[in-house]
Amino acid sequence: MKYFPLIWATLWRKKTRTIFTLLSIVIAFLLFGALETVDYAFAHPNTGTSGANLLITINKYSITLSLPFSDEQQIRSVPGVTAVTWFTWFGGYYQEPKNFVFVLPIDIDSYFSLHQGDFVYDETQFQTFRNTRDGALVNAQLMKKHGWKIGDRVGMHSTIWTQKNGSLDWNFLIVGTYDVSDPTQRNQQASTFLFHYEYFDEGRSFGKGNVGWYQERVADASQSAAVSARIDALFANSSYETKTQPAKDFALAFIKQLGDIGFILHAILGAVFFTLLFLTGNTMMQSVRERIPELAVLKTLGFTDGDVLGLVLAEALLLCGLGALLGLAASYGALPIIRLGLQGVELSPLALLPGFGVAILLALIVGLPPALRAKRLNIVDALAGKH
Amino acid sequence: MFKQLFAITIMNLQTLPQRLGASSVIVIGITGVVAVLVSVLAMAAGFHHTLADSGRADRAIILRGGSDAEINSGLTREDVDVISSAPGIAKGADGKPLISNEIVTVANVPKLDTGTDANVTLRGVGLKLVEVRPELKIVAGRMFRPAVRELIAGAGAVKQFRGLSAGSVLHMRNADWLVTGVFTSDGDIHESELLADVDTVGSSIERDVYSSAIVLLESPAAFPAFKDALMTDPRLKVDVEREPEYFAAQSKDLTHTLNIIGNSVAIIMAIGAMFGALNSMYSAVAARSVEIATLRAIGFGGLPVMLSVMIESLVLALLGGILGGALAWLFFNGHSVSTLGAAFAQVVFQLTVTRTLIVTGIVWACLIGVLGGFFPALRAARLPVAEALRAS
Repeated sequence: MKYFPLIWATLWRKKTRTIFTLLSIVIAFLLFGALETVDYAFAHPNTGTSGANLLITINKYSITLSLPFSDEQQIRSVPGVTAVTWFTWFGGYYQEPKNFVFVLPIDIDSYFSLHQGDFVYDETQFQTFRNTRDGALVNAQLMKKHGWKIGDRVGMHSTIWTQKNGSLDWNFLIVGTYDVSDPTQRNQQASTFLFHYEYFDEGRSFGKGNVGWYQERVADASQSAAVSARIDALFANSSYETKTQPAKDFALAFIKQLGDIGFILHAILGAVFFTLLFLTGNTMMQSVRERIPELAVLKTLGFTDGDVLGLVLAEALLLCGLGALLGLAASYGALPIIRLGLQGVELSPLALLPGFGVAILLALIVGLPPALRAKRLNIVDALAGKH
Repeated sequence: MFKQLFAITIMNLQTLPQRLGASSVIVIGITGVVAVLVSVLAMAAGFHHTLADSGRADRAIILRGGSDAEINSGLTREDVDVISSAPGIAKGADGKPLISNEIVTVANVPKLDTGTDANVTLRGVGLKLVEVRPELKIVAGRMFRPAVRELIAGAGAVKQFRGLSAGSVLHMRNADWLVTGVFTSDGDIHESELLADVDTVGSSIERDVYSSAIVLLESPAAFPAFKDALMTDPRLKVDVEREPEYFAAQSKDLTHTLNIIGNSVAIIMAIGAMFGALNSMYSAVAARSVEIATLRAIGFGGLPVMLSVMIESLVLALLGGILGGALAWLFFNGHSVSTLGAAFAQVVFQLTVTRTLIVTGIVWACLIGVLGGFFPALRAARLPVAEALRAS
């Protein structure tokens, strides 16, 4: 530590060069942070603390195909299942297709008992919601986004469900708002608009009595696989075979269908760090080459070969560490911007931590060749300018 | 002046090999930027290309009003009867209108690379399929027969998913389907799909409404009258679109997203590469300060010196741009990938490194080169002659 002023001074020996190199490192780590948090979010779909014992049952062939409503009774009786609720994909938007709204018909009592404690809402508003046929309970963030107020009548367009009068535009009365209890999970339901399943089923002109998918809560998360198998066995060889899996696996399977996102992100980062290696490596080499007489003087003063090696390595470490710290801090600051682009995805700052490991690795790779050169330096030759 | 500029530039470029390390930083840095930019944009271009090349101007798709995509839509048998009597539809050899009533659903087929199940579109098509879609060609095996569980697989799907070659058997919904052949259709979106007889598909999924109707018109010019007839018919509530417009709308979102990602990542990388270029050019100027001062002392102007530094930076950047574009083309052009399309089903497409993308990449490279060379060039031009000479 006593050599810190020396290392710091040599680092800033050529100010412009160090600043430009540092900025390149900062930029590389900014990209690292941004892409890694996205990759982490896709690889670890966050279903929340209560998500661990949630199962999802869909039509074996696709979420776009329905299941009969009568399945509900049978699923409820499966040992290990403590609660069941059901949904249908509404395909909703507000006014224009770009205003996607996750309009979700729910069976209020079973949905809220399955998700007990997951949501915060006003009890009076909730009771009004239960008693209003065309009532809607809307996520607080969505309310703010569109400037809605309680008591507003809003129309939601469905791309799928025609009503009996042939219209695809459904009318709702906003009676209350809700939000997710866990603040780290709020982004996931940021565009959710809940309404009565009965209002939906009575209103639609076809598909009555079918549901899109079921959600179950199991008493013991470690029994998820067994309970899933029991549910699927109920409907095996029927015309509506099911596929039940933990909510997390369901999300993962969906993301896998999008393509190999991890590969693309890592390929980009590979290119970024490959180029950074050359850039920083060149800076370190140059800086040591210019300092050869100085290093020889240090050795003359009694610094050992190991000391000199350590000094150069420490300089590389300081440069890369400083760049990584600034870059990762910048990407942490940019998380809200990335969130805007990825609705419904939770980004975890945890994904930034490996960045420091990468910084150390980078420092070793770019620092070692010049450090070894400094170590092998012969005092007489170096002072004579023969190097 | 041009003579001076020419002389200095040639001299600079001749000494490049002596400064290989620093110069290669510019080349490698810019190669990385351009390779990433071109590859990501090639993904967007490939996806857009697959969808934009789907369909013909003289073919129309009819969906239930307001449904946006086939997967959401529903048309009854009566709807289809009304549609087939509309004016402007081309007639087949048997004198009947060329209409294909279709059902779109999905099959679960494992992906070749990961082995995990993916949703592949299974499209039930009408008997007039071959006349409605003349671009469809069987390249292996034979056509499916109606009323039995047979299907044909698109060439794109065969490349991405397991067990779809001619002669294989696909198990879906408690039944075995025989893959009788493989087809191509000019590289359009249908090559990601499986095609079978519409009534066989309908009965296997217990569905009696169609997803869409596809009609071949007498000519592209017949479209307005055809659309008008359907829109004003009180028995129908449908959306009518020319196929290219329908598919362009389907590809808009993903193409847009990929373009944004490609450009923003490349902008950030470009800034990083520019710092690298600045560094290298500053050190190039510093290493040659005596040379430059000597030139100035014997009467060379500041402007030629400045321009020569910028030209050097530009040449290195150009090299990086060409290298980056070439790498992207070499590794990714024609690379087949698949993603989830609008219908919750896989769309197979190929990364397409177009000439425009390469040019875009090279333009970016030159921009980085010019920006990275400007300030060092300015320093070179302003070098105090006497001091620089004394420093040696």
